Amino acid sequence: MDLVWLLYKVAFAAGLLGLSLGVAAYSTLGERKVASWIQDRFGPNRSGPMGILQPLADGGKLFFKEELIPGVSNKFLFILGPGIAMSTALVTSAVIPWGRPLSIGGREFPLQLADLNIAVLYVFAVVSLGVYGIMIGGWASNNKYSLMGALRASSQMISYELAMGLSIIGVVMLTGSLSLNDIAAAQKGWHWNILVQPLGFLVFLVCSFAECNRHPFDLAECEAELIGGFHTEYSSMKLGFYLFAEYVNMFISAAMMATLFFGGYQVPGLDSLGLSQNVAALVGTAALFLKISVFIFFFWWVRWTLPRFRYDQLMALGWKTLFPLALLNIAWTGLYLALRGFK
Amino acid sequence: MMSSILFYGLSTLLFAAALLVILSRNPIHSALWLVTAFFAVAGHYVLLNAQFLAAVHVIVYAGAIMVLFLFTIMLLNLNKETEPQHSLLVKLAGLVAGGMLLVVMVGALRRSSAETASDLATVHSGTVGLVETLGKVLFRDFLLPFELSSILFLAALVGAVVLGKKELGE
Repeated sequence: MDLVWLLYKVAFAAGLLGLSLGVAAYSTLGERKVASWIQDRFGPNRSGPMGILQPLADGGKLFFKEELIPGVSNKFLFILGPGIAMSTALVTSAVIPWGRPLSIGGREFPLQLADLNIAVLYVFAVVSLGVYGIMIGGWASNNKYSLMGALRASSQMISYELAMGLSIIGVVMLTGSLSLNDIAAAQKGWHWNILVQPLGFLVFLVCSFAECNRHPFDLAECEAELIGGFHTEYSSMKLGFYLFAEYVNMFISAAMMATLFFGGYQVPGLDSLGLSQNVAALVGTAALFLKISVFIFFFWWVRWTLPRFRYDQLMALGWKTLFPLALLNIAWTGLYLALRGFK
Repeated sequence: MMSSILFYGLSTLLFAAALLVILSRNPIHSALWLVTAFFAVAGHYVLLNAQFLAAVHVIVYAGAIMVLFLFTIMLLNLNKETEPQHSLLVKLAGLVAGGMLLVVMVGALRRSSAETASDLATVHSGTVGLVETLGKVLFRDFLLPFELSSILFLAALVGAVVLGKKELGE
């Protein structure tokens, strides 16, 4: 544990934090631009050229808005709620492999903060804690609508977590490892997991929409029934944290989908080009971000295309469709492995 | 050095959180302190190089069971008036039962270090808690008990579904 290594890790962590926040900030602009494109209108175009400064304007507005904490609320938990939501959203990026190692001055610098041997479970543990931010915030507001929104959100997240966890067992079985680094490395060339796990990917995709509380599963903040859902009583930057955490979650979900099913930083045929190690690593990272962008675009696209589910439809879909499909995927993968012979 | 600082820090947190679970007036606060205690236990698992156990502990206890607990407490809206009053006899019985459990646990742990030193998980280097080791132990050495307990879980699952199901025509 020398100084260079420590500095590198600290700098990398700070970079990841900035990256997650930056991508999330520009996701809000991108979403509004895509919305306007789909609905045939202009969208935000006043602040800066093409509206490129809009996220800064939005953030500034949230900072300077009046801060209200309801007198009947539980103050400590009211403040803790958005903090938990934001921090659980941000810490997941630590285990995602962002690229092959860079070689600088004869040393290997991995583009991953922590190569845990249980990275997949780490992500699930953190995601399952994200629900506390919503529950605590909704309860501490001391408002019926907030509580209803919080209950909806938490039962939805627990239900979909199950199917989500089962959907990636197929990938884990094929790779034989819970480390995201191993999973990404095993998908070299065209051995992308999507080709052997299409059903697992479908279940994972639908569940990640529900886990991010995104359309069409955003019943927790269904304004027609619950005013604003769990964040009804929130204002100023605390509201901003809740809204922002959703976009950070979306970014991480997209990164997880790209890593688990679409080869992560792998680019087919990259090695045959004869690039140097560092250039190849950077090309791989660029490819990963391209894949992530496609998924983030998909999140936006779905939001402006599908209507919101009804609550009983949401639960029926989770428990009666996705859950059995995920089990079927595990059985199918087991059969395939048994026929192929274990390696 | 680093490990002992972490160990004592986590242990202090664990004890403080566990005490606050029973000393808090508000049931929601108790539940949240229990979540904090679970985190401290997960931290101990990580110190023993049992990352798999730590992750599963957080997912199952903090992520699922305690969320359902909180759920129930929030819906019941407990307060002072609805708090059940126990008689002195019940309190005394609880104290005796708890004390006896403590005696049994201390008795069991007192002899463990000498006899079972080879089985103990070791800080940093141990492999007892890794997913490979656990999988081999569960599916090779203890396959029958493992499958039997899974049947028990299945029975509980079916029971919960039957209890939760609405009667026809209701």
